[in-house]
Amino acid sequence: MKILIAIKQAIALDEDFEIRADGRDIEEDFFLPDLNEWDEYSLEEAMLIKERHADTPVEVVCVTIAPDSADEALRKCLAKGADRAIRVWDESMEGSDPVAIARALAAVAKKEAPDLFFAGVQSSDHAHGATGIAVAGFLGWAHSAVVARLDYTPGAKEVVLKRELEGGLSQELRLPCPAVLTIQLGINKPRYASLRGMKLAAAKPIETLAPGDIGLATNDCGESGSLARVRRMYVPEKQRAQILAGDVAAQAKALAAIIREATGS
Amino acid sequence: MSSILVIAEHRRGELRPVSLELVAAANELRAAGEQVVVGLIGKNAHAFVAAVSKEGVDEIATVTAPVEDFDPDVSEEAVRALIAQYSPSLVLIPHSVDSYGYVAVLAAKDQLGLATDVYKIAREEGGWVATRGGYGQKVAVELDFPGRSCVCLAVRSGSYKPNEAAASPTVTAVDVPALQARSTPLDYIEVSAGGDVDITTVPFIMSVGRGLGDEANLPRFKELAEQVGATLCCSRPIADSGWLPKSRQVGQSGKTASACKLYIAMGISGAIQHLAGMKHVETIIAVNTDPQASIFNVAKYGIVGDIFEVADALEQEFS
Repeated sequence: MKILIAIKQAIALDEDFEIRADGRDIEEDFFLPDLNEWDEYSLEEAMLIKERHADTPVEVVCVTIAPDSADEALRKCLAKGADRAIRVWDESMEGSDPVAIARALAAVAKKEAPDLFFAGVQSSDHAHGATGIAVAGFLGWAHSAVVARLDYTPGAKEVVLKRELEGGLSQELRLPCPAVLTIQLGINKPRYASLRGMKLAAAKPIETLAPGDIGLATNDCGESGSLARVRRMYVPEKQRAQILAGDVAAQAKALAAIIREATGS
Repeated sequence: MSSILVIAEHRRGELRPVSLELVAAANELRAAGEQVVVGLIGKNAHAFVAAVSKEGVDEIATVTAPVEDFDPDVSEEAVRALIAQYSPSLVLIPHSVDSYGYVAVLAAKDQLGLATDVYKIAREEGGWVATRGGYGQKVAVELDFPGRSCVCLAVRSGSYKPNEAAASPTVTAVDVPALQARSTPLDYIEVSAGGDVDITTVPFIMSVGRGLGDEANLPRFKELAEQVGATLCCSRPIADSGWLPKSRQVGQSGKTASACKLYIAMGISGAIQHLAGMKHVETIIAVNTDPQASIFNVAKYGIVGDIFEVADALEQEFS
């Protein structure tokens, strides 16, 4: 039994970041990369299935579509117990939108033939919430988004899950396998990597593939394989709060005055 | 004739309000002579006709689904059929948990233009242009869709003012024979406050976020909230950690601070999902160490500083 997990090295921006010269992205110097927060939860969910069902061997495989700068994210997953890590990339994939990334993830899934495919609901940088579910489109598998609880026994023909809706509402449902699930924050408590795990991870290989190795043509990748194109990025004019001046005592005094005025106390 | 298709969303027998925001968006974006069509998908789709019969809607297309509840396969197939019927250049869909479940599948399979969480739409000579946030909402990202004759946009709720004026559009039943659900819905589960306070009804909230750091720091904020007369609430990470009950979580998946007039956000960065539950509050005060935090974009007043120091000083003001 196998679970394939989409991994993304997400990007936070450093203070005072600058727009790239072509106006379509941010200068890479200001990138602060880290494993996407949602992916910590999907990896943990796979690890829990693996550990709870020791009688059935479960292989946990992580895959990312990214240049080698994302190896760090894959190593983090290996350190937490993932069995294998795969990275697919070449320059033709530059400019890929979520759907072009999903096409490549689906091509890896076709090769790996997992029973379940997990992705984070969204990434902490661009938050499209589209990549994982688009994989289901390319595979033709059953799918469910924003999964906040999962009951699955390896080898079972279906999963029972809880879909987190808006406003404190959730819905339980059954779904046939194989399935693509996008995993929500809070579904579990992600573990930290152990020192031993980190040592083991350093020795594990990262399998690197080019798009051609998974049956993708050049026009499947990058902008030509995408449904949208970034034409411009800019810092929008935003309303900003009036910052309360002075030391903390003065700030607290001002804050207290605002509270008293608003509450009439 | 060219058209703009709006997909209305409903849940448990109620139209979701964002549907009428999309009607307004379509009406604003339409060109002369362009039709606005609202698609209603459901077992009893007809029941929502009155609710979407608003000014600016030319036609309502109902698709009868085999299941009562949302199913991603049914929605995908139904929207595909509506696109085939009306050949819209633009399809507007709410950016919601339901649409998370199928829009990307539809766009990927049919190679339609796609952008999600869009808050601004423009029509240019070269086609539709959508604006969304990027890098944790720090930048605006403009997208275009070269070569796509049909573009699907999942639109963030609150981006357009809803159309409320009633009208009498034509209603057409669109027959889609092959609709089949793969998911089997079981139960709905609602987060209940139990005996605890219902945070949608309270006028003054103090909310703690990731900046709290540790559960051990919670009691002092509980005391402080009590001292100043606020109800203590939280953002997602605090509820996910189990430090406060889910019923105290403000935001998209939690509760909306509907009756709140004064909101103090302590150590909350302001993820879009949190803002959805509180940005409407008249007076918001944010305390955060990061001067770039998004929470300062919705707050009226801000303190760039340490929540613990501010808490101590505020406590003295009220003792």
